[in-house]
Amino acid sequence: MSLEDRKASKHKKKKQRLVFRAIILSVLLGAIVYALVDNLQKDKSIYKVGDEAPDFELLQVNDNNEMEKVRLSELRGKGVMLNFWATYCDPCEAEMPYMQSLYPEYKEKGVEIVAVSLDGAELRINRFIEKYGLTFPIPHDKKDTVRELYKVGPIPSTFFINPEGVIVDKVEGALTLESLEGHLEEITPQ
Amino acid sequence: MDWFSISSGALYTAFILYLIATFFFGATIKDKKTTHKGKSGTIGIALTIAGLIAQLVYFITRWIASGHAPVSNMFEFVTSFGMGLVLAFLILYFIYRITVLGLFALPIAMILIAYASMFPTEIAPLVPSLKSHWLYIHVTTVSLGNAILAVSFVSGLIFLIRQIDQTVKNKKNIWLELIIYSLFLFIGFIVISSVFNATNYEAVYGYQYNDKSYQSTYHMPPIAGPHNGEILTPGAMKPLFEAPSWMHGKDAGQKLNTIIWSIMAGTLIYGIVRLVLRKRVGAAIQPYLNKTNPDMLDEVTYRAVTIGFPVFTLGGLIFAAIWAQIAWDRFWGWDPKEVWALITWFFYAAFLHLRLSRGWHGEKSAWLAVGGFAIIMFNIIVVNLVLAGLHSYA
Amino acid sequence: MKHIKCECGHVNPEGTVLCEACGKPIEGNQHIDGNDRKKLLNMRYEGSARRSQTYNKSIIDKIWSFFSSVKVGVWLIVIALVASAIGTIYPQKMYIPADAISRDPSIFYEETYGLTGKIFYQLGFHVLYSSWWYMLLIALIGVSLVICSLDRFVPLYKALKRQKAKRHPSFLERQRLFSQTDHVTDGEKEQVIQALKKQKYKVRHEEGHILAEKGRFSRWGPYVNHIGLIIILLAALLRTSSFMYIDEYVWVREGEQTVIDGTDSQFYIENKEFILETYDENDERFAEAIKKQGAIPSNFQTNVIIYKAKEQEVPGQELELEVYDEAEIYMNHPYKFEGYTLYQAGYQLNEFTTMTFAVTDINNNEQIDQFMIDLTNPQETYELNDGFRVMISEYYPEYYMSDNGPDSRTDNTKNPAFVFAVSTPDSEGAEVSFVGDYMNTPTNFDATGENDYRVELIDAEMHNVSGLTVRRDYTLPLFGLGAAIFMIGVMQGMYWQHRRIWVNVKGDGVLLAGHTNKNWFGLKKDIEKVISDTSINQVIDQQELD
Repeated sequence: MSLEDRKASKHKKKKQRLVFRAIILSVLLGAIVYALVDNLQKDKSIYKVGDEAPDFELLQVNDNNEMEKVRLSELRGKGVMLNFWATYCDPCEAEMPYMQSLYPEYKEKGVEIVAVSLDGAELRINRFIEKYGLTFPIPHDKKDTVRELYKVGPIPSTFFINPEGVIVDKVEGALTLESLEGHLEEITPQ
Repeated sequence: MDWFSISSGALYTAFILYLIATFFFGATIKDKKTTHKGKSGTIGIALTIAGLIAQLVYFITRWIASGHAPVSNMFEFVTSFGMGLVLAFLILYFIYRITVLGLFALPIAMILIAYASMFPTEIAPLVPSLKSHWLYIHVTTVSLGNAILAVSFVSGLIFLIRQIDQTVKNKKNIWLELIIYSLFLFIGFIVISSVFNATNYEAVYGYQYNDKSYQSTYHMPPIAGPHNGEILTPGAMKPLFEAPSWMHGKDAGQKLNTIIWSIMAGTLIYGIVRLVLRKRVGAAIQPYLNKTNPDMLDEVTYRAVTIGFPVFTLGGLIFAAIWAQIAWDRFWGWDPKEVWALITWFFYAAFLHLRLSRGWHGEKSAWLAVGGFAIIMFNIIVVNLVLAGLHSYA
Repeated sequence: MKHIKCECGHVNPEGTVLCEACGKPIEGNQHIDGNDRKKLLNMRYEGSARRSQTYNKSIIDKIWSFFSSVKVGVWLIVIALVASAIGTIYPQKMYIPADAISRDPSIFYEETYGLTGKIFYQLGFHVLYSSWWYMLLIALIGVSLVICSLDRFVPLYKALKRQKAKRHPSFLERQRLFSQTDHVTDGEKEQVIQALKKQKYKVRHEEGHILAEKGRFSRWGPYVNHIGLIIILLAALLRTSSFMYIDEYVWVREGEQTVIDGTDSQFYIENKEFILETYDENDERFAEAIKKQGAIPSNFQTNVIIYKAKEQEVPGQELELEVYDEAEIYMNHPYKFEGYTLYQAGYQLNEFTTMTFAVTDINNNEQIDQFMIDLTNPQETYELNDGFRVMISEYYPEYYMSDNGPDSRTDNTKNPAFVFAVSTPDSEGAEVSFVGDYMNTPTNFDATGENDYRVELIDAEMHNVSGLTVRRDYTLPLFGLGAAIFMIGVMQGMYWQHRRIWVNVKGDGVLLAGHTNKNWFGLKKDIEKVISDTSINQVIDQQELD
């Protein structure tokens, strides 16, 4: 082996080592970044903004509304505000009047408000409906199936679904009148 | 005779045998070569083995009496740790044949057993979460692992007493003295508890915690009473002061009171010893260790860690995780006990890396061994009694 | 940048401390392992060339060499140790006791522990183990593990593979165990070889030089256990994905049927019965303990029926369920099915199932009729005898007095209260009364004070609620594998020793040296046995500690 060859082979080895190290380091870096990003993401739910909202069907319990059952897929073409609530939840109670006040106007515009109740006793839902004069459909999720399907954590929790059936927004906690109007505007069909 | 009294008798016998064995090991100090078997060394070892057998009898008969392995409360757990220490000492003795190890290991084992006996010794049934074979698989392995690691503390301590310059006062021998002093605190706790047990002292105090009423039964005169407490036993003395409000949890005042008494008693005993010796306790022991071979002690320190570390990992982390998965649906939950097991593991991992890669031999190694033991004791005592989590024993 | 040729003819890579073949200290490289002033050679990694110690040009190399330092690794461990300890000063957020002043961390820590508690909370130590910096710390330990191992394993492997029986005299002289003998016969050497073989040493001899070796595989222990640790960290990484790991909790009342969270609505559970048993206080063995501590529970158990949902067009529709299995779930005895595991995790005792009320005429104490309310589904009205009628105007399953008047905390029937409206056949309108709050201050309140009829509780049925954890964890086998490999590695490294004995010819005599990574005492005894009955001198321990 000539001096030249040896130099060349050494150079090659050095380069290989650099490449090897660079690969190992970048794999490790990737793993760390993945771990941190994944862990710090608070939103662990499966359905996120941009996903298609999964279909469900529940019995509707509000006598002021003509629907017997609510099936999400049948509301295609309309914007849907899908709200999860319960009678014992104070922030839910706080936003209900806003929803009711905007409902007639947006129903005209092609937006449906679907407020899924997670209560146990239907009687309480009825009393609540009477108290606030609610007219939008209220499906009763007796066996927690839909809560589990949407991985709803704390309530109130609201999904805004556009006419194509895609989730465009997700809000945890109570809505104000203004923010509610803004969100409804977003899902109003053109 | 029922099983329970046989078991208590056996434990008492074991204690006495360890005590006598210690004296025989003491006699070996004057032998010319520490590594060769002298007569007194042989007798000492025979007595130690006899003591271990007696303690095994305690263990087995108590198991029969209660229907579960006796590792379910503070008394049982610390006792089995003491037994593990004797076993670990024997293992290392038969590798290296150093009798001086026994002179220090047995008293520490005795302190542990006596300390354990100050806690309630009656047999309690197992709560549902402990009803599993993993209870004894996990707990016995952990205490054996801890015990083997504790032998490294014993040899490290002997190393330090032998090697550290005692001619002038310096940082190192003050630290060493502090370690010896802390052993005296345990003795203080044992002595003072026994004294008040013998006098049958009892006073009940009531206190409020989170709007609920509790009662604390004091077995020592209250220096520190419960926060916002009131005397329930007529004629009982008024506490000198109340435990500060941030000390929460059940019986916080009573625990603080016990600690104060132990420190007072321990300090008193230490003070008397100092007065008699007229020098640091470490300095007084040092001349007797002249003939021990520091290299050998250093080797034992390291070896005990290498033997104990895998056992501890297996019992304290792996078995612990398996059981936690079965009982509590998660193998790791950042419970204080689990965290301190991890800390212990980190510590000994650092010990090994420092020794192997950075050449921390001899004195540095010995200091680390002492530190490791402090962590183990912290996990057994402070975590169980103060940072109560799922593993709370008392 | 050049290889170093040793006088024995072996060409060593750059950065070598001791010649790979003969062990002669390489001129000018002794500072790397701090050999300079010491009499004994530092044998760590066999004095092989660790690449990280030499090339340090590019940023990649710099990062590499940073993480390849054991010093850095130990520092990371120490920092993790201290951080972990800090997190145990006060309970972590998830361990805030149920009977605490408040379970809201922003209140709990300050209220309970004062200023230090507030600091603990504000620094985020209450969720320390899931904080980004703690995770980063553990991840960096992982990085250090990978790089340290790679950086050391390869050169060590090569050095042990290339070692020769003939060593440079200075290598032997500077071993911890060493002796020199001036006259040794061939017969004696043969005797030594036989003795070594008898002790299960692997013996090589080249030109009369002997290298006896035992337990070399223990040198790989550290690398094996590091692989185990890396697998464990990888498993932890995978666990963050919801496909690999599901962790849900389901509360189910006795008699109730509900979906099992996390199973894609495929499985439903019915609670047949929750059982809480305590130890018999008459049991002699435990009498004293029970007297001291009060009743001690012996069993928490839920008997369940698992249902599988039949193919459904869309979730939520009226379900068709078929029984899948029945199981008894109790502590330390979880129930496994289809990759899921159900654990007995909690319970609520004494919720109300039904309540039976009687309507009585206050004036003559005559009972009109009784009616029973099913609390899971109360009716609007209950028709009674003689045209009496009770209407439920308000129903509070878990009654409490809020700032805005009566309210219900949840829909669990822990403390029911009702507003009844009793209408009589002969009068218009109805008599209103508030009845309930039996778990706190039983109330039967008549707002007007003019009621003629009284609604009284005469009977109630109770039920319990079981809390079960639902787990699916596909990473468990990986954790198990990592732990097993770690244990194998750590035992391999700790319970075996790599012992070597060299006997090199020097003139008429031999140089004898021994090296081991632990238990010098044992090696010395080995050598003692090997040279017994020969004129070879016993080795002297050259290390001076005192």
